[in-house]
Parts: sequence; structure tokens; C-alpha cells
Amino acid sequence: MENILQLISDNLQMIYVLVLAVFVGIEVISKVPQVLHTPLMSGSNALSGVVIIGSILVMGKTAPDNYLALALGFLAVVLATLNVVGGFAVTDRMLDMFRKKKK
Amino acid sequence: MATQLIDIAYLVAVVLFVQGMKYMSHPDTARKGNLWAAGGMGLAVVATFFAPGLQNILLSVIAIVIGSVGGWLMSNRIKMTDMPQMVSFFNGMGGAAAALIAVAEVYAMYHGNDLGAAAELLLNPSATTYFYFTALLISLVVGGISFTGSIIAMGKLQGFVSGKSVRWPMQKLTNNGLLVLMAVLMVLYFVLSNGNEAIIYILLVLSLLFGVLFVMPIGGADMPVVISLLNSFTGITAATTGLLFDNKVMLMGGVLVGASGFLLTVLMCKAMNRSLTAVLLGAFNSGGGAASDREIDTTVREISLSDASILLAYAKKVVVIPGYGLAVAQAQHVVHELEKLLESKGVEVKYGIHPVAGRMPGHMNVLLAESDVSYDKLIEMEAINPEFPQTDVVVVIGANDVVNPAAELDPASPIYGMPILQADRAQNIIVIKRSMNAGYAGIENELFYNPKTRMLFGDAKKALGQLVEAVKAL
Repeated sequence: MENILQLISDNLQMIYVLVLAVFVGIEVISKVPQVLHTPLMSGSNALSGVVIIGSILVMGKTAPDNYLALALGFLAVVLATLNVVGGFAVTDRMLDMFRKKKK
Repeated sequence: MATQLIDIAYLVAVVLFVQGMKYMSHPDTARKGNLWAAGGMGLAVVATFFAPGLQNILLSVIAIVIGSVGGWLMSNRIKMTDMPQMVSFFNGMGGAAAALIAVAEVYAMYHGNDLGAAAELLLNPSATTYFYFTALLISLVVGGISFTGSIIAMGKLQGFVSGKSVRWPMQKLTNNGLLVLMAVLMVLYFVLSNGNEAIIYILLVLSLLFGVLFVMPIGGADMPVVISLLNSFTGITAATTGLLFDNKVMLMGGVLVGASGFLLTVLMCKAMNRSLTAVLLGAFNSGGGAASDREIDTTVREISLSDASILLAYAKKVVVIPGYGLAVAQAQHVVHELEKLLESKGVEVKYGIHPVAGRMPGHMNVLLAESDVSYDKLIEMEAINPEFPQTDVVVVIGANDVVNPAAELDPASPIYGMPILQADRAQNIIVIKRSMNAGYAGIENELFYNPKTRMLFGDAKKALGQLVEAVKAL
């Protein structure tokens, strides 16, 4: 119990960030019109590719001779980049259709 | 110096994420929002490369180039109708990356030079190490589920996995049992004082299996909801990965996606008039979750002229959806007359124009402009669709496929994926139509059997003329 309390006070900043981010996440999209559901899903999907940073960091601390860990990290970077780049590009294509047509 | 600059770059990135998402929830700014979020991501990635002591930078850059080229090509080659499965695929990649990061961490811990946290858990278990390993295990398991789940969801939409609800004996038991088993293994990992490495790999395999079993029983029509939910899962793994690396941009971005993704899932369910539990539990009941399996109540409800006129005259907002039938009946002038009459009674009248209303794009605009309908009353599909939920009455005149909800709900339907005017979201729907005949695509229209729909049978011009008289007589 004491351990857990200590843990909370040690990570108070992170916990604040976490709790507030939940509210921001909900607030930011609470009034989204239905036509935008798919693009928004696609856009936030691209955003979840933020794990790319984790994959770069995990690569960054792997010893250059630890080949299996390197291979795993390399694959993680490739896949996360697919998620990010593909995700944002496909969202942009979708949203292109929402552009007002000038007569 | 470098670390402080990185922290500031991360802060800016988070601001771009939040503002980007905010912009994305409005049609006018959506595209800009997407670019902002992408810019934030680019900034965060570049900043990460300046982290002190970062190794293998060249390899990471090569991996990013490969991923970027692949992602760019895929997203540009995909057909617009196949978008949802593409999104699902990308989401699966994010989940896989999170799981791989966790595995790489574990492997490096047990087999690398630096035992780090694993050694600490081994020698001196504390709240901090428990916290660290809990985050690690969640990344691993949720990432695994998100990966295989997304791939199955993609398969169901693409057709290489059965789009039907696939069931097997004792399905509820196997799925729930699997969840319990994973929970037990997680606890076991902490209880075994040496933090058995094998347990982690077993957990990975089980989570991959669970992703498959979790999505298989859900029908193809519900895949958008499932994809959105799995997207939320990937967000959670990004957040736990952020905890793992004590990295705020990952934590913030991940939580943002996790929370908004979950809300979006609920909103999507609402828009489809279903509850999330119905979608997910539909997987566990024998009731069948897919639209293609759905029993359609084929009761047609007619409306009398006087009822229709009252409904229209006392509405606040009316949207007219003209189709080919209106053009054939040359009813555009009578429609304009009805519009003026209703406006004089204080009703707001707009026209919802589908891009393919009539037979060619822009066809309907020309027809209505011809009969002096003001141009600013002709609202394009993208603009009018968000207004339907606040619309009291939709009048569908000689249109059929462009309002068929099957285009959105039923992947088995030939028009699935076609954008439609979402008339079914309005409070009341009046359909003026000569008969119950099918439209251009030759398929049944569920909208006509919607409990909110009333049919007014007759030639468009004649029926509208009678309607005008009835409204005048009120």
C-alpha cells in the first residue's frame, strides 16, 4: 500500500497528464458530425502511430550486436511508420472529398 | 540543452495533436487538422533523433524511409471504396509495432548487456518495477489484440475472411476463458520471483489468438465500429509505451487517441442506432450482428395527404431530397412552389443534393436552378448530412439508392461504400414514390421500412400538387 502511494507521488506529473488527456480526448471530438466519423477515425488512427517514437527509442538503446532485438526494433519502426504515413495520407485523401467545390 | 529542446518540441507536437483533432471534427477545417496532426508527428519524430546517446540512428532512418514509401504508395493506390480496410490495416501495424517494442524490450532485458529493469525486478522488486512491467505487459497484450483483430477486420471487409458472423461451440467460454487465462499469466509473471521470460511470449501468442477470436464472430457490417475500437486500443498501447519510456508525447498522443477513439466508437454505434454492447455482445449471442443477417421488418406505412401537410407545415426544418423520379415527372416547379409555401409559414427548407442525383453529377442542380430555386438552398451531400439529425422532416422525391442505408450498413449490398444522403437520421421521413419498385441498382431499400418513414404513393408532380393544396388549406 505504501509502495503504491509512493509510486503515485513519484509519478504525479505523468498521472496528471494522463487524467487531463482523457478529458481533452473526449472534449475535442464530442461534437463531430457523422460524415466525419470515418476521416476522424482514420486521422486518430494515424496519431496512434505515435508509438513510432517508442520504436526509435528502443532501437536507440539496443546494443549494435544484439541482432534479434535490432531486427524486432527495425520491424517496429517500419510498421509504426506505415501507420503514421499511411494513416495521415489516407485521411488527407478522404478529406479532399470534403473540399468545397468552386463553381 | 538537447533534452530541453526535445521536451519543448514534444510540447509543441502535443499542442498540434490536440488542435489538429479539434479541427478534424469540423468539415471546413478537417483537412487542415489532419495536416497539423501530421506536422506534430513529424516534429516529434525529428526531435526524438536528437535524444542523447541514441544508437542505430541509420537503421532507424532506413526503417522510416521504407515505412514511409510503403505507407504513401498504399494510401495513394487504394480505391476510395476500400478505405475502411486500409485504415484497419494501418491500425493493425500500429498495434503490431507496440507489441514488437514490448517484445524487443523484454528480449533486450533478458539477453542484452544491460539487464536494467528486469534485474531490478529480479533483485529488488518495488512499486516502480511493478508499474513498469504492468505497462509493458499491457503494451504487449493490447498491441497483439489490436494487430490480429485489425487484420481480421480488414479481411472481413476485403473478403478474404468471411464477412458473416463466424461462430463455434462454447465461443463465449473460449473467449472469456482466454481473457481470464491472460490475466492469470500476468499475475503469475509478478508472483514468480524470477519474472519468467517464457510467460511473456506465451502472453503474446494468446493475445494474437484473442484478437482473431474476438473479431471473427462480429459481422462485416459492424467492422467500422470494431476498427474504431481497435484504434482506441492502439492508442492505449501508445500511452503505455509512453509510460515505459517516460515519454510524454507518446503518453499524451496515446491517451488522446484512446479516449477519443472510444468516444468515437460509441458515437458510431449511436449513429447506426445500435449500442456498443450490442455490437460486441452480438458477438457472443446467437442473434447475429451483421446487417446482412438482419431481419428487415417489411411493413410499409402510408401517410395521408392531410397528415403529410400538417407534418410539413409545423416542422422547423425540412430537407427535400430530389431524385431522378422528380426529373422524369417534371416536378421541379411544384417543388419550388411547396418550398415557397412552407417558407411563408416559417419553415426552413433546404435541398439535399447527392453528387449523382439524377443520372449525372450536377444534374439536379441544373434542373432546380431552372425552376428558380435559389442556389444557396441547394446543399451538397457533405454539407447536408450532418444536418439530418436536426431535421424534422425529410421529403424524398423519386430518389432511391442515394438514400439507401444499405450503402453504409450492409457490406453484402452492391452499393455498399457509396456515399449516401443520410435521410434515415432525420426525425421523420416522407417518401413520395410511384410504387415500391426498386431503384437503379435494383435493390431493396431499407429506408422505406424504417419506423420513421411514411410513404406517399403517386406521381411526383401530382402528389406534390395535392400536397401544396393541402398545406394551403390548413
